[in-house]
Amino acid sequence: MGVRKLHMRQAYRIIPVYTADVSGVCSALYELGGMTVIHDPSGCNSTYNTHDEIRWYDEDSLIFISGLTDIDAIMGNDEGFLQDIRNAAEELKPGFISLVSSPIPYMNGTDFAGLAEELEAELGIPVFSVPTSGMHDYVYGAGLALAEIAERFTGDIGERNVQPHTVNLLGVTPLDFGPQPGVDLMKKNLEAQGVKVLSTWAMGSSTEEMRGAGDAEVNLVVSSVGIPAANVLQKKFGTPFVVGTPLWGYESVCAGTVREMAEARKQAGDRPDEEKRTFCQGAVSSGDERMISEGSGTAQELWKVDPAQVAYFRDRVTGRDPDTRSAHQEITLIGEPVTMGSLAASIEKKYGRKVRVLCPLEITEGLLAEGDCKVTGEQELEERLSCAEIIVADPLYRPVCPGTACFYELPHIAFSGRIYLRDIEKLQKRREL
Amino acid sequence: MDWKGAAVAVKDGTFPVPFVHGLEFNSPVHGNWNIVHTGMLVPEARQIYVCADNCMRGVVLTAAEMNAADRFSFVILNEGDLLEGNLEDVTIEGVTDVLNRLTEKPKAVLLFTVCLHHFVGSDLDRIYEELEVRFPDVLFIRCFMDPIMQKTGPTPDQKLRLAMYNGIKGEKEKNVVTLLGSDFSLDESSDIRRILQKNGRELREITSCDSWKAYESLGSGSLFMTVYPPGKMGAGYQAERLGREFLYLPGSFDYEEIHRQEEKLLKVLGGGAGLDIQEEIRKCEEALENARDVIGDTPVVLDHLFHPRPLGLAKLLLTHGFYVESVYLDSISLEEKEDFFWLQKNAPDLMLIATVQAKMRVMPRKRRGKVLAVGQKAAWFTGSPHFVNLVQGGGLWGFDGIRRTAGLMVEAFLHEKDTESLVVRKGWGCESCI
Repeated sequence: MGVRKLHMRQAYRIIPVYTADVSGVCSALYELGGMTVIHDPSGCNSTYNTHDEIRWYDEDSLIFISGLTDIDAIMGNDEGFLQDIRNAAEELKPGFISLVSSPIPYMNGTDFAGLAEELEAELGIPVFSVPTSGMHDYVYGAGLALAEIAERFTGDIGERNVQPHTVNLLGVTPLDFGPQPGVDLMKKNLEAQGVKVLSTWAMGSSTEEMRGAGDAEVNLVVSSVGIPAANVLQKKFGTPFVVGTPLWGYESVCAGTVREMAEARKQAGDRPDEEKRTFCQGAVSSGDERMISEGSGTAQELWKVDPAQVAYFRDRVTGRDPDTRSAHQEITLIGEPVTMGSLAASIEKKYGRKVRVLCPLEITEGLLAEGDCKVTGEQELEERLSCAEIIVADPLYRPVCPGTACFYELPHIAFSGRIYLRDIEKLQKRREL
Repeated sequence: MDWKGAAVAVKDGTFPVPFVHGLEFNSPVHGNWNIVHTGMLVPEARQIYVCADNCMRGVVLTAAEMNAADRFSFVILNEGDLLEGNLEDVTIEGVTDVLNRLTEKPKAVLLFTVCLHHFVGSDLDRIYEELEVRFPDVLFIRCFMDPIMQKTGPTPDQKLRLAMYNGIKGEKEKNVVTLLGSDFSLDESSDIRRILQKNGRELREITSCDSWKAYESLGSGSLFMTVYPPGKMGAGYQAERLGREFLYLPGSFDYEEIHRQEEKLLKVLGGGAGLDIQEEIRKCEEALENARDVIGDTPVVLDHLFHPRPLGLAKLLLTHGFYVESVYLDSISLEEKEDFFWLQKNAPDLMLIATVQAKMRVMPRKRRGKVLAVGQKAAWFTGSPHFVNLVQGGGLWGFDGIRRTAGLMVEAFLHEKDTESLVVRKGWGCESCI
């Protein structure tokens, strides 16, 4: 029997997948006092709290699944789902509710935006949905979730009181930064450079601090998760943003770019463009699953990054061999584009060695420097790594790296989960010293 | 916040589900085995899952944490695959791609299809037929990760415990007895082992199979039996497939039931020598009395993860003077119906406490004073470092199982454990790299 030949970028022999969108939403909203409900039969909760959430053991957060059954899915019975949420909300009194979809409700076309609207009207608290499908990576889910927070919970433009030399750190979750000391270190690094951090989205800050996000002079997007929120805040308050991670000795460049951006803001006047302010309203919870892959206008705007906003571009070596399969780049980094891009710039600046970033995540537009590349699937990654000399990546990438390469471990929770958590903690302690 | 809806005195509880269904919480206790752990018991086999990222993440990291990533592969489904509705081709080509990239083909592939395959009406027969043509030397075992079906039919775990034995075969050997459906070997001192030894029978279990050949030879047993409830359906099916006698002997804490089970076993073995029941009971009484002397009136809390018969254990302990305060469970097994009604009458104030009910996320988990927890969930929900660290009944069975339980309780009472470090590890008894 003959079957259609497919391009097998979807088959994986040995390495895992990144944290998916559903867990991304839960991680981003974990500390904000809301209730996140995953419409799912089973498994999403266990996967999330076992592998993607290092706070679960003793830090309470209202994250639940609906326990969807085949009968309810087939019959389109949403009422049970709604009633369970009403009951839980009545007892647990969350500050808001977010609805998250797993693959079956996505496939059924469950109208989450409509359900959210109905619940919001009944319960009198903010209710929104994040259009996950369980088939995107965490950046997508966490990014859209934080954009909702930026849209709904940061007050009005009239309430802001811009403070000089201040930033919010956007895109901060344990998935990219591990336990809280990693976040504290970023803050400390910036403060040493004369930049005060007003809030960290969304880890280690109170909702009150986040509510005052409009007071920041500039927003600093420290991982790609923070881009949608940055765009929302830019349109809402006129706050410009810079993309870069203030770690690995790269904090001075980040701080410098923040200062430049602040200066530019002053010169341009900081009134937000009223006409553009509403662009993001509705984009986040439109339920349009194609918003990244095919792109509705509003969704593209949410993820938009201008090269001038990317701090780490300025220190990357240019004129590199565009054939990223070649070994001309001596050092290869694998991972999330903003953190790895910043690390690459830091290495190139400090040691003058050529570095390339391979990014296996979906959202890379505007975040990769010349010579870096997005990779899809295990086989492509193996091909790209075939001539690598020095590789810095999560330890679970080791099986697809050539045996001749020098491999330096840089654990990433969004990839290997909690397996190397102790190593991350040790690394954080070393950085603090 | 009050406990209403999350806890109920047994006298007010309804059988078999004492709590109203609602949103579900998942505690950070992960000692239970999941389908990845159980599937890894098949030697020289590879597991291949075909599902979406979010579902994949849990299983692929389960394999990684148990140091078995080299026996696990997968095919990712994306939104486009669903819109096209053709999961057959993706599954066939993905599995083919994985197998072609392996230097050595596995003896068997446990191929897990998922909820999405059901919902788009995938032709599973076509998938397996095509793969069997392409890889004639590989046995493809039909497995499922379809939890959406589990409230209205067998769970993925039950279906796996059926399918994973499809490769066993062999001529019937009179002196061989095969235990199917369990994740753990029976304890060396367990009643079943002692009875079989007395009667010159060899016990074969998947847990001791280190090769495909040894696995296949599980089929030689003249008698198939299972002691673990989720294994009953599969073991019964395999006995029927190979024309073997079958016994279901679930682990119990009731002297009379154990006695009846052992008589049944002896009958099937042809009326051989059994244990001295009176002596066994005397030793159990002695062990329980000793435990009672040590533990005294300290509150004891039990959970359903420790053993499939938590109410039976509660009854045993209560009748031997222990202060059993509560049992953590979400539903009651039909096998425990009598125990439930006995407890309603004789221990009406015993509390039944849910583990998945939403408010269990925020209810207090610290207790004043010492609490002896029997099971990982009981330990986490009470914050107790004094707990019996064992899941799914482990290798306990019979009168010996009762004595071992009493011994484990004493040990837990006397020595603290690092609860957080132990209960978060997946698959109690498996390797764990965390």
